[in-house]
Amino acid sequence: MSKEWPLWEVFIRGQHGLNHRHVGSLHAPDAEMAIKNARDVYTRRNEGVSIWVVKSADIAASSPSDKGPLFEPANAKVYRHPTFYDIPDDVGHM
Amino acid sequence: MYAQMIKTDAKRVRGLEEMAPEEQAFQKRVDAGDKIEPKDWMPEAYRKTLIRQIGQHAHSEIVGQLPEGNWITRAPTLARKTILLAKVQDEAGHGLYLYCAAETLGASRDELIEKLHDGSMKYSSIFNYPTLTWADIGAVGWLVDGAAIMNQVPLQRTSFGPYSRAMVRICKEESFHQRQGYEIMMKMANGTPEQREMAQDALNRFWYPSLMMFGPSDKESVHSAQSMAWKIKINSNDELRQKFVDQTAPQAEFLGLKIPDENLTWNEAKAGYDFSEPDWQEFHDVLAGNGPCNKERLGARVKAWDDGAWFRDGLMAHAEKAEARKSASLMAAE
Repeated sequence: MSKEWPLWEVFIRGQHGLNHRHVGSLHAPDAEMAIKNARDVYTRRNEGVSIWVVKSADIAASSPSDKGPLFEPANAKVYRHPTFYDIPDDVGHM
Repeated sequence: MYAQMIKTDAKRVRGLEEMAPEEQAFQKRVDAGDKIEPKDWMPEAYRKTLIRQIGQHAHSEIVGQLPEGNWITRAPTLARKTILLAKVQDEAGHGLYLYCAAETLGASRDELIEKLHDGSMKYSSIFNYPTLTWADIGAVGWLVDGAAIMNQVPLQRTSFGPYSRAMVRICKEESFHQRQGYEIMMKMANGTPEQREMAQDALNRFWYPSLMMFGPSDKESVHSAQSMAWKIKINSNDELRQKFVDQTAPQAEFLGLKIPDENLTWNEAKAGYDFSEPDWQEFHDVLAGNGPCNKERLGARVKAWDDGAWFRDGLMAHAEKAEARKSASLMAAE
């Protein structure tokens, strides 16, 4: 078996105004082919106006086992949510 | 069905109390409907079974292009040709989504392809049958994609995240596949006597192989039970086969074609059809490599891989040269 093409993660922006979203991955020898291939694999039904490709090796990810401590600061801060505040109805919409 | 005859290493399905803490936590997440993602802890057997199931599903999509690819140059109209091209292109895409999902579990693409080529990984039995007439393209879309949809819709809820997301994408694209096939059948069934006969002949040859796609009864299968506990299998083979017959029989009636089964009758008590089982000996023979087209299908895949080596290697060499040139000019500029 000869050398495998590197793996790329593909992100597509569906319409102007939306974020790029991760849709999957593919193998390609370089960025240009990765974009061409992403166009063929992930936008057959007009799903995109923009494509980003990133080598999978370049993605840094948080570790699932760190999930608890990493996201703990947000857990007990209920006052970040609008529903924490009791504004009477008489005030009107807020 | 891509899990036709998949083994899970399980001798029996264990209860939560029998599991080590990590596996218990994992099983609780699966039971709660959580998605397992690639870097999450998972039992080794879950990982291995998934690689095999998703990998074989991917192989099935790619090999599945061949029986229909056979008719692209001979489609009767330009519209049918472009539709068939679009369908075959979709199958390539489906294979690619699934290979990528399998690769997130640690299998390499080259490894998966090698195992397909040496026969240690399989693809769905149905693709070892030939497409002899244009009506077969109709029958394949109607029955084969129909059976695939039956299996794939529930799999959208499977426990492994990348597999589940691939299935959602695939299901969105799959329904045109069945509709275009059924449209071909309608056209021919309502056409000349020769066209009608050709449509009936296609149904005759594809009916039982389509029933076989769901795999033999797995009432006693510990592997099926383990896969269901892991939520990588959602319904039993018999359940899916029953649903398929119940859905398809009225469709055949609408066409005015006869399903080649003397025992096909509505059973009021079970609110479903009684029907004849396919010949399971034929199924095992085909999976073992003795179907009508096994050698041709695998031969075509091996040839495509071998003939494409210069292309893969050439593009890689070009990319590496360009990269080297770029870093050389960056260094020269400093």
